[in-house]
Order: sequence, then structure tokens, then C-alpha cells
Amino acid sequence: MKNVLIVATNTFREAVRDRVLYNLVFFALLMMVAAILVGQISIDIEKSVIISLGLTAISVIGLFIAVFIGVGLVSKEMDKRTLYALLAKPLERWEFLLGKYCGLLMTLSVNTAAMALGLYAALWTVKHPLAGADAYVLVAVYLILLKLALIVALAMLFSCFTTPFLAILFTAGIYVAGVFAADLRQLKVVKLEAATVKMLRVISYVLPNFENFNVMGAVAHGRPVPGLLVWNATLYAILYGAIVLAIASAVFSRRNLK
Amino acid sequence: MCVLEHSAGVRVDGGGWVLKNRGMANPAIEIEELTKEYPYGFLHLKKRLTLEGLTLQVENGEVFGFLGPNGAGKSTTIKCLMRLIFPTKGTARILGKSIEDVSMHQTIGYLPEQPYFYDYLTAAEVLDYFARFHGLTAIDRKQRVQKMLKKVGLDSAKKIQLRKYSKGMLQRVGLAQAILHDPQVVVLDEPMSGLDPLGRREVRDIILELKREGRTVLFSTHILSDAEMLCDRVGVIVGGKLRGVGAPGELVGIESQGIEILFELGTRGERPALLARATQTGERYRVQLKEQELYPALDELKFAGARILSVTQIKATLEEFFMELVEVDRAQASAVEVHGK
Repeated sequence: MKNVLIVATNTFREAVRDRVLYNLVFFALLMMVAAILVGQISIDIEKSVIISLGLTAISVIGLFIAVFIGVGLVSKEMDKRTLYALLAKPLERWEFLLGKYCGLLMTLSVNTAAMALGLYAALWTVKHPLAGADAYVLVAVYLILLKLALIVALAMLFSCFTTPFLAILFTAGIYVAGVFAADLRQLKVVKLEAATVKMLRVISYVLPNFENFNVMGAVAHGRPVPGLLVWNATLYAILYGAIVLAIASAVFSRRNLK
Repeated sequence: MCVLEHSAGVRVDGGGWVLKNRGMANPAIEIEELTKEYPYGFLHLKKRLTLEGLTLQVENGEVFGFLGPNGAGKSTTIKCLMRLIFPTKGTARILGKSIEDVSMHQTIGYLPEQPYFYDYLTAAEVLDYFARFHGLTAIDRKQRVQKMLKKVGLDSAKKIQLRKYSKGMLQRVGLAQAILHDPQVVVLDEPMSGLDPLGRREVRDIILELKREGRTVLFSTHILSDAEMLCDRVGVIVGGKLRGVGAPGELVGIESQGIEILFELGTRGERPALLARATQTGERYRVQLKEQELYPALDELKFAGARILSVTQIKATLEEFFMELVEVDRAQASAVEVHGK
């Protein structure tokens, strides 16, 4: 695991030096403008507007970073051939892959944590003191982070066997399909053949169910998030992510670098 | 393997040389029947053979030059050894360990062709990063990085991000990371590429220093003078096949191809008969003779009062040998093409 940590630390350093965290400036500006506007126009729903807006921004910004940087984690190293000297060190390919994954996860965690702080600052501005229920915002942020971890794993998997452009398309496609995975499971279409319905159901279980991580609505309206839901979502993300990374590792381990 | 009649009159059979190469007492690198095919076409059904049954041994402590024109299979072989690509057939071992074994990389250093590193890091940072994989302590890393930067002449540029480095400077960083951890075997893919004459000399000095320290060096190049100057042995690869292995002198033959005399006419203005066979460049004359003609020719020139500037033995160069192999390969390729039609 020492090698994984070395690669991860360097990946985090790369993100910082490539100014990935500059998105925080955009988020801060968005929250400031939202706090000022919401304070003027809302009638007792300031908090839920700020929470919805803040969590959506955290999710969308995180999504962009996860997809675009996630795809570039491996493909950029192959294109620029920085990988050549690195793989000639006593480093397994899976260690490299896992290190890159953990490095981006570190970046996303720092980024998401900073954005969460910004969100709390905006909340405090529109209505202080903060209530106990506001702590659920942190739970929502944690679940967004789990979702991003899964997306990074998928982006890495696709970038291991296809071009960066296609990898971005596939990851975005899987994300959109995954958002509707639960709907697909409960689809009741009379006109479809039984076999087709069964196949759709199988697909819905294979696709990552991103709705597992969506508690934005509940949190924005001050409703509590059940502990079991958080526990299940955590287990789901770990298991699904591990499977995706294992496949990515198997593909990458036999890949010829040209 | 093809059989060649080369300019020095020595028959060189590629297969024969390879067999002679086998069975070394103490090989550092052993390559057996290494073959690499690349699939291509829409469904990847067609195969392009880039390396064909390469068998080679490099002895411990020797400098081995891997020669060949562009696309001959030099980098493919090296990438197979570094497990950057996977051979279709065959095996290889370095210091007795299979190339599949990652721990092998503790004792080897590798410089990729046209190396590129993380451009957001400085030279010192990138070297420190690579050194971490070898389990060196922080103090050890700092000392070695400093030593290596001095050795490759980058000490003054160590705090500049690599994105501002020239190609030659990146090549030096590549060399530094390859030898940073005191490897027993150093594999260099085109180490002189992108370097100015001074840089090339420095790399040559580093290779010779590695040899003095008892390390094994395998390097690929198409700059033949470097190979002649540095290598104990060379292997010539053309069209994915190994065509000859041996000491540079052995490959080109040790037999002399004649003698060349460079002279000027004397002040008496007498014109020796030899002048009819000579070519004139300014005031100077150059004549090529058989070895047995040397002493009579010298007597004749002395008698005519000519000033002899130099007497040189003519030998085939590695370049001539190399070019001959390439020509034969091209001729064979076109013969196959014509036959195929």
C-alpha cells in the first residue's frame, strides 16, 4: 500500500498545481450571490433554497471534476508517456491505478469539504443561528462524495480501454442511466415482452443506482436522513466501486503501451 | 536468418552469431524467442509482426549496443523487457528474474525514448518521487537526488518546473532517474537523442562510468559511432529480426581492406608514378593501395621528395556493415513483395 500512497499523494499535488481547486472561487461567488439574493426575495424558504442550490452546485462541480479528471488520470499518463518511466519502477499496475484513484478522491474530498464549509457560511448568513437539523447537510455532502467516488471509478475503467472522448461519453451516459436505474426497475409497461422486461430489470441492477445517494430533497426541507440509508449507500458504493476498479485493473494490467 | 557476404569478406550468419551468443556464464539479460505481433485493421484480425523470435544474452558488466534503423524493433524489445508491452511469445529474464516479476525493477534502471515527466514538478521533485518507489529514506533520497542532478548537469535548474525544460534537459532528467537508485542493469532507449554534442559526450562519460562500476548497460541507438566507441558488443536488428551479435570489430571484420597514404609533392617538383592513381584535394594527394604495395610506394614517394602526411589502414566501419544489412533486408522485402504479386 506504500506505493499506492506515493502515487495518490502525487496525484493530489498534480490537481493542486493544475489549479483544479480554483473551482472553489466559482462556488464561493455563487454562494455569496445566492445568499444576498435569497435574503432579499425569499419568504421563509431561504434555508431550503440555499441548501438546494449549494448541494446541487457541489454535485455538479464534483461531477465535472470526477468525469473529466477521472478520465484523464490514466489516459493523460499514456498520451504524454509519463507512465513509461513510472512503470519501470517496482510498482504494480494495479497499485498505480489505485493510487491515481485515491489521489483524485483526496482532491474531491478536500474540494467537497471546502464547498460544504462555503454552504454553511451562506446558510449562516441568511439565517443564524444554525439549527440541529442543518447537520443533515453534511450527510447529503457525504453521499454526494460517495457518488463521485463511483463516477471516478467508472471514468477510470472506460479510460483504460478507450479514447478519452469516448470514455467521457460512456461515463456521462452511465451516470444519466444510473440516475434512472430505480425507475427502470419499477417500469410497468404492458406492451413489452416479458423477456424484455426481465432484461431491463437485470440492466437496472447492473447499472449503478445513483438515486441511492440523493437525499437533497429531504435535507433541503429539514427532514432527517435515516442512518440505515447512509449505511447501505456506503456499502453499495464500496462494493460497486471495488468491482469496477477490479475490472479496470484487470484490463489495464494487460494493456500494451505504445 | 539471412547469410551475408560483407565488405570485409567475412561471412556473417545471423543465426550463427545468435547461437554463439548463447550459454554465457553470467548473463545479466537473457531474452529467448521474444516475438511481438500487433493486431490491426477494423476488427484487429490482421497481425503485424514487429519482433520475430529474438534470442539474445547480455553479459554481466558489459555495455551492449542495440542497433537498428527506425522501426526495426529496438524499442519494442526494450518495452517488452520493461513490461510496458507484453510479448506474444517468448520470455526474458533480467538478473535471473522473469520480466513478469515486479521486484526485478528494484535493480534495474530505464530511460524511455524521448522521455517526458510530470511537467508540474521540478527536476528535484520528480527524482524524489521516483526514488520513493525504491524505499529510500528521506535523507538518502535528498543526497542521491542532489548527486544525480550534479552528475547530469541540472543542478542550477533543479527548482524550475519541467514544463520549462528543453528536450535535452528532459533527456538528462530521464538519465538521472534511471541511475538514481544504483541499479545493476541500466537499459537506455536512444540515450543520445535530443542532446547537443556536449550532452552526448556527458552521456557517453556516464555510460563508461557505469561500466567502470561494473554495471550492465543495454542501450539502443542508431548513431553508430557511439556504439563503436562505447560497446563491448553490439546486436544489429533489422525488420524485427536479430541479424548479428558481436564485438563491433568482429562484426565488421578485423581484416584490413587496404592502406591509404596522404602526401604532398616535394619542393623539387618531381611527380611520382603513383600520382596517376591518386586523387587531389588542394595541395594534397590521397592514394589507396593494397597492403603489399605499401613499402614500394613509400620508397617511391621518398625518392621523389614527397612529404608523407599520413598512412592509414582502411577497415570496414560498423556503419557499412549496418547499411549492408538494411539493404539486404530491403531487397528481401521487395523480393517477397514481387513474389507475392
